[in-house]
Amino acid sequence: MGSMTHLDELEAEAIYIMREVVAQCEKPVMLYSIGKDSSVMLHLALKAFYPEKPPFPFLHVNTTWKFREMIEFRNKVAEKYGIEMLEYINEDGVNQGINPFDHGSAYTDIMKTKALKQALDKYGFTAAFGGGRRDEEKSRAKERIFSFRNSEHAWDPKNQRPEMWKLFNAEINKGESVRVFPISNWTEKDIWQYIQREKIEIVPLYFSAVRPCIERDGNIIMMDDDRLKLKDGEKVEHKKIRFRTLGCYPLTGGIESDAETLDEIIAETLSAVSSERTSRVIDSDGGSASMEKRKREGYF
Amino acid sequence: MNGLLKFITCGSVDDGKSTLIGHMLYDAKLIFTDQEESLVLDSKVGSRGGEIDYSLLLDGLMAEREQGITIDVAYRYFTTEKRSFIVADTPGHEEYTRNMAVGASFAELAVILVDASQGMLTQTRRHTRICSLMGIKHFVFAVNKMDLINFDQKRFNKIKKTIKILLAEFEYESAAVIPVSATDGDNITTKSERTSWYRGKTLLSYLEAVDVDNADNEDGFTMPVQRVCRPDHTFRGFQGQIETGTISVGDEIVTLPSNEKANVKSIIDAGNNVSFAEKGHAVTIQLDKEVDVSRGCVLVKDAKPEISSLFTAKILWMDDTKLVAGKNYMLKIGTKSIPAVVMKIKYKIGVNDGRELIANEIYKNEIAVCDISTSEKIVFDKFEINQALGSLILVDRITHMTSACGIVEHALRRSDNLTWHDMDITREQRAAQKNQTPKTIWFTGLSGSGKSTIANEIDKRLFTEGCHTMTLDGDNIRLGLNKNLGFKESDRIENIRRIAEVSKLMNDAGLIVITSFVSPYRRDRVRAKEIIGKDNFIEVYVSTPLSECEKRDVKGLYKKARGGQIPNFTGVSSPYEPPEKADIIIDTSNLTIEEAADEVFEKIKTLL
Repeated sequence: MGSMTHLDELEAEAIYIMREVVAQCEKPVMLYSIGKDSSVMLHLALKAFYPEKPPFPFLHVNTTWKFREMIEFRNKVAEKYGIEMLEYINEDGVNQGINPFDHGSAYTDIMKTKALKQALDKYGFTAAFGGGRRDEEKSRAKERIFSFRNSEHAWDPKNQRPEMWKLFNAEINKGESVRVFPISNWTEKDIWQYIQREKIEIVPLYFSAVRPCIERDGNIIMMDDDRLKLKDGEKVEHKKIRFRTLGCYPLTGGIESDAETLDEIIAETLSAVSSERTSRVIDSDGGSASMEKRKREGYF
Repeated sequence: MNGLLKFITCGSVDDGKSTLIGHMLYDAKLIFTDQEESLVLDSKVGSRGGEIDYSLLLDGLMAEREQGITIDVAYRYFTTEKRSFIVADTPGHEEYTRNMAVGASFAELAVILVDASQGMLTQTRRHTRICSLMGIKHFVFAVNKMDLINFDQKRFNKIKKTIKILLAEFEYESAAVIPVSATDGDNITTKSERTSWYRGKTLLSYLEAVDVDNADNEDGFTMPVQRVCRPDHTFRGFQGQIETGTISVGDEIVTLPSNEKANVKSIIDAGNNVSFAEKGHAVTIQLDKEVDVSRGCVLVKDAKPEISSLFTAKILWMDDTKLVAGKNYMLKIGTKSIPAVVMKIKYKIGVNDGRELIANEIYKNEIAVCDISTSEKIVFDKFEINQALGSLILVDRITHMTSACGIVEHALRRSDNLTWHDMDITREQRAAQKNQTPKTIWFTGLSGSGKSTIANEIDKRLFTEGCHTMTLDGDNIRLGLNKNLGFKESDRIENIRRIAEVSKLMNDAGLIVITSFVSPYRRDRVRAKEIIGKDNFIEVYVSTPLSECEKRDVKGLYKKARGGQIPNFTGVSSPYEPPEKADIIIDTSNLTIEEAADEVFEKIKTLL
């Protein structure tokens, strides 16, 4: 394709997909998780519809356990671009005191999966953009760009609708919805290179800095607030760490790193010996098929 | 470094597609260590008894791991020193052919596996055919399991010969045949000593070097419009991806199908103002004057795509429900969605030898050539000239399933179209065109029971829901068709017979018929049911008792009958025989029209 670089092609593909959704779907929303992929998605959405603002709201499902810097960043971004940022918290879960320490996988189910389903139902969204990429995980590698959900928000991986060329069939029956992944074909490296090329702002937690942390079950967990209680033998250390993915702070493992700039992060990513999701504690909870199980139940 | 290569692996079940790719990733150290650990771990519980099972790298779904098969396409991304790759690993089972086609539509090159111990199988041929249909022009045949035939050059050459014969059927730009062993790793990333007679490249080095840039067959500019961007009254831009050619500010373009001319005032390329943009870019184009353009229209310069409502397409059928001529679908082509009818199935294509076979019905996974007619003129082109304007899908209008994918072979003129003359349109096709199941809803009950009122209400509701209906009642039957009939018994029987025959004809035409007649005799209604067909007949008994009907006496008929002015009046001087097993029974004594209609409508919907 002539003078187009690989990143140009990925960008054009994502923009095409976003425009298709807006043209075909009744009530779209863009899921916004505050991570680097969300930053890229927002950037693409701003480009896709320019000079119009993205013609849909953004939705952040807040588990109440996100890093504080993430929430600050979210508020700043929403104001800067003048976009509609919805926040949804599963209040039932909060009232029941559901937390990542005592409730394990039930926590993810209640505060993320259930909360997401509740939010989508509450607003009646028929299409939700997500920043999932096929290189992240085995079951994601199998998912279509337009991925259908029944009225229970469940994914049926054995019966996915064919998706040919760039002909996206977004037709749904009442009660069904579609999850759309415009950056399916991007790799982690593409994301970083694009962030660098486009000078996209990301949460500072991605850059290495000295942060208070503890070691738990082989992961480096940051002490983001005093809700993290030390277990016997654990002690707070100050280490130079950064995060490859961002989520709930008690469930997100950091890595020791000296990468303080994008160049250094990219260099580190290229020589990485482990894939990025290993630093996310929740994925390994439930064996090699845990992501697929959660997706079948409605997780993004 | 060469550009990105998108390729698929395909071939029959157990030819070792996933193993091949898994091995390539593993050997080239392209998998992360945590995946490697997980692979070793998974293998211990897998089917290869503790040895590394490379296919587990790709078969990511639980059902796939349980059954040891690939169900859906897996996409993997990897980069070597020489090239970046996206590989779509596709399933081999015939049942999952459509998932293989999904991968093929995405790829520039196909690696087709052939089991050396079995040779070319039907499924290998099917996959090659589908790859070609979806537009792939570059092929690599990996003759796998060479270890099982002791790396025998003669047997390899024999297979190579059958591959050449198959390929001769298709238009392609490059092809290679490589002997490999996916489990042992021969000729995957390193040259095998066990095939010293083979002088070609290893699979990976071939893929790193192959040139897949196809020459463009369309130089002109084409851009299908995805949406119109109108942030305020000062700006109106057309958003889409440039499919072919280039465009500059100041260029004169033509809008299709409205065929208006305008000049390009500004171009926004992915958010930035530019003076020039080319193929592949996602742009917003502002024109210097108002034109009639919306989603599905195409902006062109120096290009002449077809504008017609009729064309011939080659399709792959993917739905469990078979294709019959006459059925109505939603056609998606470019950015246009439009109702379309498959007018004629010209022939289907034999999987093994590509022969044209006569066919009236097309089943899942079959390839067919057919004529498609759209409800209005649309812009399209031959697939070989313009892939975006020449690829299409057919979407089922009720299930919304993507029933078929295909490519435009050529446009047809209306005058070319003699298709209706040699085609018998069946009742099923007429019904399918209307997206409904034709039935006769037969209301029976005393005069004044509320039959006609409810029937009329049901008709309105079905009509509102998009059904094609017709009501037969005393007004339109007695005054016309049955004008010559009186009220004596033989005339009443003939009256019902004619109504039943007309209902049947209308059902054959695809309509839902609603009849509203007293029809007091059980045997007459049984005959009507026989004529119409028992599966097409819904009997609704409006069971409002005589006392209530007589109390209402809207037309004053009961009074006249009691006074002896009307002979043979049902309920007064002639019997009414209630149905023994009506499909729906409704007593309107204590119901409003709305309530009664609601109740009947709910039940009818379950029977249609």
